[in-house]
Amino acid sequence: MFAKLAGAALACLMTFASATASEGGGLQSAGVSLNDVASMQRGAKLFFNYCSGCHSLQYLRYSRIAEDLKLDPKDVEKSFVFTGAKIGDQAKNHMPHAGGTQWFGKAPPDLTLEARSKGPDWIYTYLKSFYLDPSRPLGWNNTLFANASMPNPLWELQGIQVLKPASGEGAHGGHEGGAALDLHTPGSQTPEQFDQTARDITAFLQYAAEPAALQRESMGVWVLLYLALFTFIAYLLKHEFWKDVH
Amino acid sequence: MASVFTNIGNWVNERAPGLMPVYRKHMTEYYAPKNFNFWYYFGVLALVVLVNQLLTGIFLTMNYKPSAAEVAPGVSAAFASVEYIMRDVSWGWLIRYMHSTGASLFFVVVYLHMFRGLLYGSYKKPRELVWILGMLIFLALMAEAFLGYVLPWGNMSFWGAKVIISLFGTIPWIGPSLVEWIMGDYLPADATLNRFFALHVIALPLVLLLLVVLHIFALHEVGSNNPDGVEIKKGPKGNRWSEKAPADGIPFHPYYTLHDMVGIGFFLIIASFIIFYAPTFGGWFLEHDNFVPANNLATPEHIKPVWYFTPFYAILRMVPSFFGTAIWGVIAMFGAIVLLFLVPWLDRGTVKSVRYRGTGYKVALGLFALSFFMLGAVGAGVSAEMIPKIFGADADSTFIENLFGRFWTIVYFAFFAFLWAYTHFGYEKTKPVPDRVTTHD
Amino acid sequence: MANDAVVDQGRRRFLTATTSVVGGAGVVLAAIPFVKSWEPSVAAKTAGAPVVADISKIEPGQKVTFEWRGLPVFVVNRTKDQLDALPTLDSHLRDPKSDNAAQQPEYAKNEYRSIKPEWLVVTGLCTHLGCVPDFFPDLKPEPFDPQWKGGFYCPCHKSRYDIAGRVYEGVPAPANLAVPPYHFVDDTHVLIGVGPEGKV
Repeated sequence: MFAKLAGAALACLMTFASATASEGGGLQSAGVSLNDVASMQRGAKLFFNYCSGCHSLQYLRYSRIAEDLKLDPKDVEKSFVFTGAKIGDQAKNHMPHAGGTQWFGKAPPDLTLEARSKGPDWIYTYLKSFYLDPSRPLGWNNTLFANASMPNPLWELQGIQVLKPASGEGAHGGHEGGAALDLHTPGSQTPEQFDQTARDITAFLQYAAEPAALQRESMGVWVLLYLALFTFIAYLLKHEFWKDVH
Repeated sequence: MASVFTNIGNWVNERAPGLMPVYRKHMTEYYAPKNFNFWYYFGVLALVVLVNQLLTGIFLTMNYKPSAAEVAPGVSAAFASVEYIMRDVSWGWLIRYMHSTGASLFFVVVYLHMFRGLLYGSYKKPRELVWILGMLIFLALMAEAFLGYVLPWGNMSFWGAKVIISLFGTIPWIGPSLVEWIMGDYLPADATLNRFFALHVIALPLVLLLLVVLHIFALHEVGSNNPDGVEIKKGPKGNRWSEKAPADGIPFHPYYTLHDMVGIGFFLIIASFIIFYAPTFGGWFLEHDNFVPANNLATPEHIKPVWYFTPFYAILRMVPSFFGTAIWGVIAMFGAIVLLFLVPWLDRGTVKSVRYRGTGYKVALGLFALSFFMLGAVGAGVSAEMIPKIFGADADSTFIENLFGRFWTIVYFAFFAFLWAYTHFGYEKTKPVPDRVTTHD
Repeated sequence: MANDAVVDQGRRRFLTATTSVVGGAGVVLAAIPFVKSWEPSVAAKTAGAPVVADISKIEPGQKVTFEWRGLPVFVVNRTKDQLDALPTLDSHLRDPKSDNAAQQPEYAKNEYRSIKPEWLVVTGLCTHLGCVPDFFPDLKPEPFDPQWKGGFYCPCHKSRYDIAGRVYEGVPAPANLAVPPYHFVDDTHVLIGVGPEGKV
């Protein structure tokens, strides 16, 4: 309840702030919430199935994921750890740096802090903006991040998108990320289902970028209540003493 | 109980008889004007933030590693140690956010504290030295903030360091070798990070503490100014606490200590709200690009200093280079700060408080404050974002931004010229200053 | 000035006390994160996680050292001769019955100081000043003890322990070698760091 109020107040406070904070227009709102544990759980599973082959989460420990996302550590060890790491280890990956550079032209970056540097909306839009482009080495391009070296890992779920003929060739994909794309071949998920898939992965990465957010948002309210009490009592005391001053 | 405290007090007093007079001089027998208003909270709040920075800073050094050595591909030990603090150290995230939020709030309260000085003429005789010491604190604080900003060794840290250090490169003759000397390398590197750490955690905190003590001692020697700009020491004597004290003064303790405690309470509520619910403050307090490790081959797309440097950064950018050197912008930027040092002598007016000063001063001060905000907006890149929205995507945004930024740069500097001319040539029409302080309850 | 009589000293004292108590409580609460930040971090705890020791290759009479939380943990496969000698030493020992509860878990308080008689698991740090004792397994006269029945000898200050880690009388070390929490996962694997009932 308080977290929501705080969030609303903050939204007002930072409308101005976000003017420069966001990476300009063209981003779709991810609408993720750290209160939605189920979404983050699904996102974690998706991440370790589709992303962790190339991308590490080098600051995040498997045990922390289990604890924060209320997953059984044994399940986490069984279904997330493919590298022989222990449950307490950080989610580093197997891909050698040089190999990644060779295969993709650029080593796949670590994604632990992606949601802090790029923002959740960017990740969400990016995941939805892949399209088929035979001119690229791996056959894929992205309207949000032109000439990205990453192929679409989720194409079986999303299906295959192509550029709308009107927007033509080139790096610019139109004003709304993903909006200039047509679904050429449907995937195993409907577009609505795939939106949720992208949202779940984004939610998990948002969590991974700052696990302490769960703690700070739940305890902040108590700190504020205490300070309000203290300030009130201090005011009464000040008021009492200042009766001397005329 | 009470007798135990009295006995301990007596025991100490017999052995260090100098302590009680110091306590009385600065607390119970320091008579401050009774009419302090909202603007008089920011001095004590700056002190609160200073203590917070020292305390949290000491604890951060316990886990931070000032090393640019690579611990994972592209990741330095320094960057990794910050994430270690954020994730693996118990409560490390809170200590770090207290420190990072404190850094920004330090500038919030210091800027408001300085503006208070301009509002009520607190820099005027006999408080010139208080003002000068305060300005030195401001300089040391800017250096301290810059050095601290480099320590996480994110990409903004790296490029911020590079840009700021490059400013010294514009100095004729010695510039280039000076830059290498400051960095200890050919780019900001391990040696730079290590020495910046030493300066940030030891050298400048010592300087800051010394200056703060001198600032307060100098103030208590001459006494506090107040919103009426009336010298209470020159007024009638005698109040309920002392025959000899100014009639309009009240003991700092307990009256202002309690008064300040309420202000501190409100301030901590605001600070805690930020720490717990918006620690990055939308990218203003902790910048997005600084969550990317330092990369000497890729400048962040939106390279700009943290918000508290943006007005000065805008002045730097708005002054073009000519005669083949970029030093003019650097001179203008430092000049913008140097002029603040000179305010006690530029202002020849006899009336202190804005309440009784001429309309010209009120307008000029308002415009000066506005120019500070506008230059801040230019420096932070807000204007660059807004221009296409207002003038359309086809507008020449560089031209418009330069026009806008140069206008407010001129306003900023014009304030000082106006202040001198307005008071020196006697254009100012002041209102009569009351003999005693006034209170509006 | 004339209002002194109006001042309610009781209310002042009450409010002063309340503010002091509430403020003091706040200071104490605010200190907790700082104190807690000195606890072993998650990284340290992970590095100090229980260790699985493979004992299948340890021959009778042999000692292998494992590392748990940075401590050397000796695992010794004791021979029948060594075990038989244990009761004969009781009169030379400071704490033959392992009465000092701090030095071993309840499940290792027995004549062998172990879960399985042949397998000794002890922390290899002399209880005197923390040196690592040397292993002298053989029942034969040694320069430091002509009656030696096998055990540990600390090179630093000449403390002696028998093959159950029990300290001799008349040496600087005050207590028996500590037994860390451990249990057998199966016949060939010992988990050091967790006791049989999951006790850490």
